[in-house]
Amino acid sequence: MKRHLISAADLSRGDALLILDTAEELASLADRPIKKLPTLRGRTVVNLFFEDSTRTRISFEAAAKRLSADVINFSAKGSSVAKGESLKDTALTLEAMGADAVVIRHSASGAAHRLAGWVRGSVVNAGDGTHEHPTQALLDAFTIRRRLGGGPGGVRGDGKPPRERGDPGGSSPRGGTALDGIRVTIVGDVLHSRVARSNVLLLSTLGAQVTLAAPPTLLPLAVDTWPCAVSYDLDAELPKSDVVMMLRVQQERMTAAYFPSVREYSRRYGLDAARMARLPDHAIVMHPGPMNRGVEIAAEVADSARSTIVEQVANGVTTRMAVLYLLLGGTEFPEVSS
Amino acid sequence: MTSWLIKGATPAAAGGQGSTAGHGATDLLLADGTITAVGAGLSEAGAHVLDAAGLLALPGLVDLHTHLREPGREDAETVETGTRAAALGGFTAVHAMANTEPVADTAGVVEQVWRLGRAAGHCDVQPVGAVTVGLAGSRLAELGTMADSAARVRVFSDDGRCVSDPLLMRRALEYVKAFDGVIAQHAQDPRLTEGAQLNEGEISGRLGLVGWPAVAEEAIIARDCLLAAHVGSALHVCHVSTAGSAEIIRWAKSKGWPVTAEVTPHHLLLTDELAVGYDPVFKVNPPLRTAADVAELRRALADGTIDCVATDHAPHPVEAKETEWPEAAFGMTGLETALRVVQQTMVDTGLLDWPGVADRMSVRPARIGRLTGHGVPLAVGGPANLTLYDPAAPAEAVSPNGASKSRNTPFAGMLLPGRVVATFLRGAPTVLDGKLA
Repeated sequence: MKRHLISAADLSRGDALLILDTAEELASLADRPIKKLPTLRGRTVVNLFFEDSTRTRISFEAAAKRLSADVINFSAKGSSVAKGESLKDTALTLEAMGADAVVIRHSASGAAHRLAGWVRGSVVNAGDGTHEHPTQALLDAFTIRRRLGGGPGGVRGDGKPPRERGDPGGSSPRGGTALDGIRVTIVGDVLHSRVARSNVLLLSTLGAQVTLAAPPTLLPLAVDTWPCAVSYDLDAELPKSDVVMMLRVQQERMTAAYFPSVREYSRRYGLDAARMARLPDHAIVMHPGPMNRGVEIAAEVADSARSTIVEQVANGVTTRMAVLYLLLGGTEFPEVSS
Repeated sequence: MTSWLIKGATPAAAGGQGSTAGHGATDLLLADGTITAVGAGLSEAGAHVLDAAGLLALPGLVDLHTHLREPGREDAETVETGTRAAALGGFTAVHAMANTEPVADTAGVVEQVWRLGRAAGHCDVQPVGAVTVGLAGSRLAELGTMADSAARVRVFSDDGRCVSDPLLMRRALEYVKAFDGVIAQHAQDPRLTEGAQLNEGEISGRLGLVGWPAVAEEAIIARDCLLAAHVGSALHVCHVSTAGSAEIIRWAKSKGWPVTAEVTPHHLLLTDELAVGYDPVFKVNPPLRTAADVAELRRALADGTIDCVATDHAPHPVEAKETEWPEAAFGMTGLETALRVVQQTMVDTGLLDWPGVADRMSVRPARIGRLTGHGVPLAVGGPANLTLYDPAAPAEAVSPNGASKSRNTPFAGMLLPGRVVATFLRGAPTVLDGKLA
């Protein structure tokens, strides 16, 4: 694996499977009364958050703490950044304090990339502008694999349980499977979505067939160069989807003429109960949060048994533990003694 | 005044011969600011002698598009440092853009810049006047007063901003006819480029940076060509960056309309692929485009659709570039590397010969800028403004530390051929042996 995790494109299929398998092993920790490993004792992880994102920050914080790392939370508000300090100076300050890893959330695309040029520690991109959010894609892949992949009772894209069909050769050294043939439809504001960018890259690396469903205004101009299919018609895609991933739609997009009204957006691209009924029985519904209930996703869908939204949050911690562990601790995973 | 005898140079003036150094080599005698003799075996008692064997002699280069930053941003560049960089790049005249602080929208400011240029003495500084007050795009600046000032302004531009209001653009084009002026337009539809960071295409989509679509440039150029034709006024299009823009200008010229255009060295060489590392040294406006655009811009410069090369030298202090991409300033320096980039992209590729380079970097920009005493073929009685250039100098990596006060060159570390050996301004050397004289 590379030293930093900035883009999902940094991960080979082997890297991605290693992270997912490591997360799987770490997940067993969550069921134990003491949810802590000594692995990163004495290491310092800085959460450098220039954008408000309580859920991502606490997810990384929990992940680092469960590995016994020292965690420093650096929020831009009320700090030297608010007084005009540059990203470079902030980076040099963190460097002087000896950060082993910096988890950065920033409103500017490329900020994580720039930071990596100024610090010696590992940089983990926790969302940079409208570029990428690779750990979100990893936790999404982890969630898909648990629900549909190799796990007991999991169902493959062809509707058959995986054990019946036989693993298509996508298994990792630890035996975890990839997402070969799983059909994932990502719906909504792809143009401004770092979640979509990372998911398209990672899920396609893992063998999934990704389709983007969105109004043309919310797709990048050169989306035809991406490793995915594109559709303007959500209803046509639903019956052939194993996974539907709904993206958050920001109301201010309306004023920039991306779509006429929230109501119309919801009517054409929102996932309500009637649309959900078009999905195959085994299909799951995902959302990276925070949701706009009643806009891109109806409350009865968000709260249905198909919804993995709460699971995604829990899986976020284990997946981020795996990332921090592999970036800081090495490739050998210590036995979790029970 | 000291006279100079240049021995064995090969003149590459437009219309002249000498596309290869050494063939047609001759001597040039410079005295009292003019070329007093041209021919083989010249001698002159008391003259300084410069052995120019193997060197090309080009009429002194003229830049239509330079940001000298003074007054207001002397931390980035001054007239003194910017014109040193210009001389080292082989330029004998530069047009100083109007987006200073205060804006060059009054006779007072343009005269100040003009006087600073005279005082520095490294090359002629011809101020460009703003089209609208404060570059705000709402009412015309006092164009006539600037034209009548000591600075004799003829080129007007809100460069950095587009004169997007079609009525105001029409009026500006019409108004400057009274004093043979030209409006140099920064073609960028403001609504189509809100927050724009990088050419809209595969790279901007992948990097998650707001796209700067080609159509935002092309739509304004098309409109302005139609306006120029309608009122019969001179339009100059700044820093053409797309294949579509070149096509529109070719069409306008085919109609006989009074339209001229420039292309920057960086748009002749670099593409948006360079943005993948998010290094803002590659952030520029208009943005770097695709390889297909680069190829078409070269072709358009070669066939004369695009009249000239202009640097859009845009110095910025370190802190304006050592930042996140969206926060960073737009712009690149270019005076010291322009001729070398043109050799690499146009001459070494066989698209343009050296007389062609003299035409595109001296004769035509001087004509568009209404400059007298520049862009004149090297002949007896002509002004002794010339550049001696060694096209055979081995390719050398560009150093970021030049004479410009700023170091935001996108070419740092790139291998470029050629070397400016000497520059003469009215018979006096501003550069000798590649160093300031």
